[in-house]
Amino acid sequence: MGGSHVVGAHAGHALEESPYRIPSKKLVMWLFIMSDAVTFAALLFAYGYLRNATPGWPRPFHFSPTVINAMIMTFVLVTSGFTMLIAMRAANLGNKAGALRWTFITAVAGIIFALLHIREWIGLIGEGLRLFQNPWGSGLFGAAFFTITGLHLSHVVGGVIALAVVAIGYQRGRYDAGHIEIWGLYWHFVDIVWMFVVPFVYLLNIAH
Amino acid sequence: MNTAGHNRDEMSKDLSGSVAKNFVIYVCMLIIAGLQFVVAYQHIDSSQMFLRMFLLAIVEAGLAVMFFMHMGAERRNFFVTVAIGLVFVLSMMNMIWSDSFRLLRFQVLK
Repeated sequence: MGGSHVVGAHAGHALEESPYRIPSKKLVMWLFIMSDAVTFAALLFAYGYLRNATPGWPRPFHFSPTVINAMIMTFVLVTSGFTMLIAMRAANLGNKAGALRWTFITAVAGIIFALLHIREWIGLIGEGLRLFQNPWGSGLFGAAFFTITGLHLSHVVGGVIALAVVAIGYQRGRYDAGHIEIWGLYWHFVDIVWMFVVPFVYLLNIAH
Repeated sequence: MNTAGHNRDEMSKDLSGSVAKNFVIYVCMLIIAGLQFVVAYQHIDSSQMFLRMFLLAIVEAGLAVMFFMHMGAERRNFFVTVAIGLVFVLSMMNMIWSDSFRLLRFQVLK
């Protein structure tokens, strides 16, 4: 009798409604996004702390090439967010070819963004920017700049790889529309982080 | 209907919404991003520039979260859980600023 009560209790527990009515994989992605948002926020706060406390903080960025490059990168990343949305919609409607096409277009946009970012880095390194020294002022600038933009770039590269893997898996029937949506969430998060990196790391440091 | 199925239906409704509406959101986000570049070339002091850029970034991120990440279609208690957790942690981080100004004063006094 006691045994059947336990079994009943377990069955009831298993059928308990999820408080958020959200699939577990999607909930895990949201939890990751929350923790990653705090990581990026901590880096941006640390950057703000250093910038505020350091007289003569370098302002090395000129309209050409840095600001123009940042504009193009922003356009590419925001556009990739929209193409990811179309991919998610196609996957949800069961349009496998469309979902695959738009997911790969998003991944290609991510690759373009990464290449532009690396070109930007090479240009700045060519001007003398290093992790702990630069020709413009506080040596902390390089460490802060490369840490924040580098972490974001690594997220973009990781996202491109994940999108490619999920798209191929979706085509082969290993993954479903839910997986496309979950990685779409990640991609939009990367997009959102860039919306804060551009003004604080680039636009507030334009040489006048 | 099971939990996952119910959520799937809610997501379907939102994801099957018109592309036109999402295109409008996308254009709005591009305009806001463009405004940040305009603000960068305004002749205003750094604190005002920071404030304007920050507000624009918040609006842009809000649009992305609500429409592109479909937070608007999730249950309200999920939104509240995420929002309260993040806002609390990010608010607590602001305690660093007083020390940042203290360091700045030390360097000016040298």
